[in-house]
Amino acid sequence: MKILSVENLSRSFGGIKANDNISFEVEQGSILGIIGPNGAGKSTLFDLITGYTKADNGKVKFFEKNIFGLRPDKISNLGVGRTFQKLKPFADQTLLENVMIGAFVKEQNIKKARDKALEIIDFVDLIEKRHHFAKELSTGQRKRLEMARAMAIEPKLLLMDEVTGGVDQKTIPGLVDLIKKLKKTGVTIITIEHNINIIMEISDNVLALDQGKSIAFGPPREIQKNKQVIDSYLGTFDAA
Amino acid sequence: MESKLITAKSEPLWNTNNRVISIVCALVVLLFVLPLFGLNSFYLHLFIMIFMHAAMAQSWNVIAGFSGQISLGHGAFFGIGAYATSFFYMQYGITPWVSIFFGMFISAVFAVLIGIPMLRLSGHYFAIATLLIGISFQVVFQRWDLVGAASGLWVTMTPEDSWTALQFHSSKVPYYYVFLIFFLITFFVVWLLSRSKLGYRLRAVRDDPQAALSLCINVSNYKIIAYVISAMIMAPMGSLFAQYILIIDPDRVFNIEISIIVLLITVLGGIGNVWGPIIGASILIPISEYSRIYLGGTGGAVDLIFYGLILMIICIFRPNGLISFIPKKILERKKQR
Repeated sequence: MKILSVENLSRSFGGIKANDNISFEVEQGSILGIIGPNGAGKSTLFDLITGYTKADNGKVKFFEKNIFGLRPDKISNLGVGRTFQKLKPFADQTLLENVMIGAFVKEQNIKKARDKALEIIDFVDLIEKRHHFAKELSTGQRKRLEMARAMAIEPKLLLMDEVTGGVDQKTIPGLVDLIKKLKKTGVTIITIEHNINIIMEISDNVLALDQGKSIAFGPPREIQKNKQVIDSYLGTFDAA
Repeated sequence: MESKLITAKSEPLWNTNNRVISIVCALVVLLFVLPLFGLNSFYLHLFIMIFMHAAMAQSWNVIAGFSGQISLGHGAFFGIGAYATSFFYMQYGITPWVSIFFGMFISAVFAVLIGIPMLRLSGHYFAIATLLIGISFQVVFQRWDLVGAASGLWVTMTPEDSWTALQFHSSKVPYYYVFLIFFLITFFVVWLLSRSKLGYRLRAVRDDPQAALSLCINVSNYKIIAYVISAMIMAPMGSLFAQYILIIDPDRVFNIEISIIVLLITVLGGIGNVWGPIIGASILIPISEYSRIYLGGTGGAVDLIFYGLILMIICIFRPNGLISFIPKKILERKKQR
């Protein structure tokens, strides 16, 4: 079953086409990896899907419901969670409070929201840090915080922007395992990722963007061999 | 891992520090018995001003400290409250006990009307816009004949002390208790708010509106809710003040100084913390009152120099306000560490 269908989504900033007629579909329960060089329009695509930026034209369907043009809070309320490339924790609040704010979406009672938040914090392996302020956490921990906070709204679709970006090498495997663990819960994931090995490892499908255009879509093995993707992103080693 | 989760779940929702609770209870009892020791009229006045300003600053704390919007025109709601009780009492003989609610209601309506367009502005723009709103209320009331224009309203005085008319001429003690009770109610309401789902969501809006949106929080609506709550806390203080001095005019109750002092008190005490306004008012108001006594007519200007100096020192050395001197483990916000 298709959880998300994007059709001809476009957005220009001045003369620059950040997203140019992008179309793709995502199967429920799968992981879609989005790759592309810097400035390819990956984060803009997230902003368009989640309503943070208004698209010029196109269609976005979430479970057959048209969510194009809806406000971000309405879209998240339908079950679309997200994390941010530039992390946005509630810095002056503890990890637990951060996640509780998400948990309040489905849980009115404070005690129940707290317990639910604790379960999610345990899921992302940060239970010992629950009373630390977000600003005291490391980048890797803050990435987990954002994932936990997004999970707390019980999303059906989770958009994650560069989960392994900006963290040290030792932290990456843990985050990758977490994404895999997350998939097992049944949530559909779209993840922007620069590390091609990770994309190959976790994705069911890959969407490759370049200069705002979708240049390839398909299973990771196919994308890896796609000439256009190799030219624009993966690179060849001819020293021309 | 499982056991750590179980331990975490078994923790109390709030750390209740019994020592803090006993100190607070003792202070409240002390405040209630204080007039029995025969405080003179100056000290009664001093406490009344502390209670009033602490509650006013608490109101400002809701909009600025909880939702992160710096309002520089909060005096408008104080003025609305003051005029509501005086006008309805003089015109229709309605007891202030009822018209306090009129003032709150009118303030809430204005907060919505102002909030819908203004809260779309962010940061400095919102602050400047509210500053102008505050001034424009003063200008309108200076020219509005129905409410006495520039000369204001001289509340009809009852021949004797009257609880119905909320007027006491022989002693300030009844005023002391009225202000104390309103102050405690305000404090309690904001304390509840800070622990509620709404409080959590307002802090999310303050810390990062973009992230709040991703958690189904309608940021604009929450800002308006905070503004309305804040206005409804401010208005009764205006009403009580009008009953206390029994003569109000636009220069007094719509004065820009009111909007500034609530800011100073909150920043001094600690913004975003329920205790901040109380600490701030307990320090700033005595300075203000004493400087007026010892420096006579010029006191008004000298206390402003004090305010400026204190504010600079606080901003440089203690940006989180005086509350940050209290050890972290005692502070409620840092409860679960």
